[in-house]
Amino acid sequence: MPRRGTSRPPLALVVLAASAVAFVALPLLALAQRAPWRELGSLLVRPAVADALRLSMVTAAATTGVSLLLGVPLAWVLARVEFPGRSLVRALVTLPMVLPPVVGGVALLFALGRRGLVGQWLDAQLGVLLPFSTAGVVVAQTFVAMPFLVITVEAALRGADRRYEEVAATLGASPWTAFRRITLPLVAPGIAAGALLCWARALGEFGATITFAGNLQGRTQTLPLAVFGALESDRDAAVALSLVLVALSLVVLVVLRHRWWVLR
Amino acid sequence: MTRVGGGAGRHRRGPSRRQTKSAACPLRAALTAGLAAVLGVSCAGGAVEKPVTITVLAAASLTDAFTEMGEAFSAEHPEVQVRFNFGASSGLATQVLQGAPGDILAVADQAAADAVVAAGEASAAPQVFAHNSMEIAVPVGNPGGVTGLGDFARPELLIGACAEEVPCGRIGRRLLHRASVAPAIDTNEADVRSLLTKIEAGELDAGLVYRSDVMAGEGAVEGIEVAGAAEVLASYPIVALAGATAREEAQAFVAFVRSGEGQRILTGHGLLAR
Repeated sequence: MPRRGTSRPPLALVVLAASAVAFVALPLLALAQRAPWRELGSLLVRPAVADALRLSMVTAAATTGVSLLLGVPLAWVLARVEFPGRSLVRALVTLPMVLPPVVGGVALLFALGRRGLVGQWLDAQLGVLLPFSTAGVVVAQTFVAMPFLVITVEAALRGADRRYEEVAATLGASPWTAFRRITLPLVAPGIAAGALLCWARALGEFGATITFAGNLQGRTQTLPLAVFGALESDRDAAVALSLVLVALSLVVLVVLRHRWWVLR
Repeated sequence: MTRVGGGAGRHRRGPSRRQTKSAACPLRAALTAGLAAVLGVSCAGGAVEKPVTITVLAAASLTDAFTEMGEAFSAEHPEVQVRFNFGASSGLATQVLQGAPGDILAVADQAAADAVVAAGEASAAPQVFAHNSMEIAVPVGNPGGVTGLGDFARPELLIGACAEEVPCGRIGRRLLHRASVAPAIDTNEADVRSLLTKIEAGELDAGLVYRSDVMAGEGAVEGIEVAGAAEVLASYPIVALAGATAREEAQAFVAFVRSGEGQRILTGHGLLAR
């Protein structure tokens, strides 16, 4: 029942909202204006650029996979299980969102590096060396990006109607079956939104990656690292790479969000 | 890489610094008593001249040497305060070209100084004030058993380098090239300090860094001298910038860096005299 006035949004809100859009869009427009449009094609087929693009795609996808595997159960526990220290755990797992990524990278090095708390054991017992490897890139990205998935999915779980799960239980479904058949489909849009946020954050990850995984073309040099390197030597290439990053993110955010979020 | 905000120093450049003290002082002293105390400005005495602040944009590898340099200079010129903005040489040059405030540029890279000159931002031709040679840095205990540049080709070792875009990366590669070593590099670090940090932490087995960095590490890394290092040196040019507000003081600082006292400070930190 739309009341009078809701059809016409308040002017103040519209003006402020438009300012917000302009604030975000202006730097991106400036970037596009500086772009070497003519040489764009030749810049993008350089081996270093192609390698960075491929590596970013692979690692951001792997990060999203790992985050789904670990983050959805974590979100479920945070939303549905009462236990002492729950708010502390919640704060802990969202901490990487506010931590400077470089600090996260240093912390990862101290934990999983060759001389790190767990890392020295990984190296000695399993021969696994995470720093300076592609797996290390996924570790760094997951550390920074997973919290985005966790808080999104937790919010979706809290907003979901629990009566469906209760009914499933009275009909004889085990808790695991109820989770799989009822809960997961119920919060699927939330999971998709969380996965998208996580993917986008992983794609743009810089600080933790360069600190923990280093910077080597084809192995650990993702798109943001390539942009950073090019910024020092070749401004045109840096701008072109940034445009690729922006365009890629925009396409995925618009297309996938539309498909998963709105249509469901 | 711009580690230090370009805004540093901007507020110090206002005309107030140059105002005659008799008119403005009582009010300002009341308003900014805390600031005045910090800066050591004294109204009551009236004898002490207001300090002029000069801002020096300096290469990251000069952090320790120039911090001492600033103190020694201010001891000799009590009326001049020296502030620093340390960062990668190329990043500092970019900042100058983008209009960042500063009186002096001192970098580890002739190309960075040349770019500033080419843009008309230098007040004179840059002068070389120091050199730096490269050494192999290894973690304490040398777990990789590194003895020379030849070990950089061993694939089982974790070898770090500076990125090709920064001076230490270019000079290090030239050294390796002259020694006919094809290095098995595992990471190209953004600057020499981050490379050093990873060697200190034991995450890398070896890397080429400046001799002054090994000295600054104070026992956290071990240095191994490299044959032929003296033939491939980093040169450090310094220049007063065209946009300098305190031009005289900036010239005095440049002269101080190149003086016997300045050179003594630089060599004390592992750099080589000009």
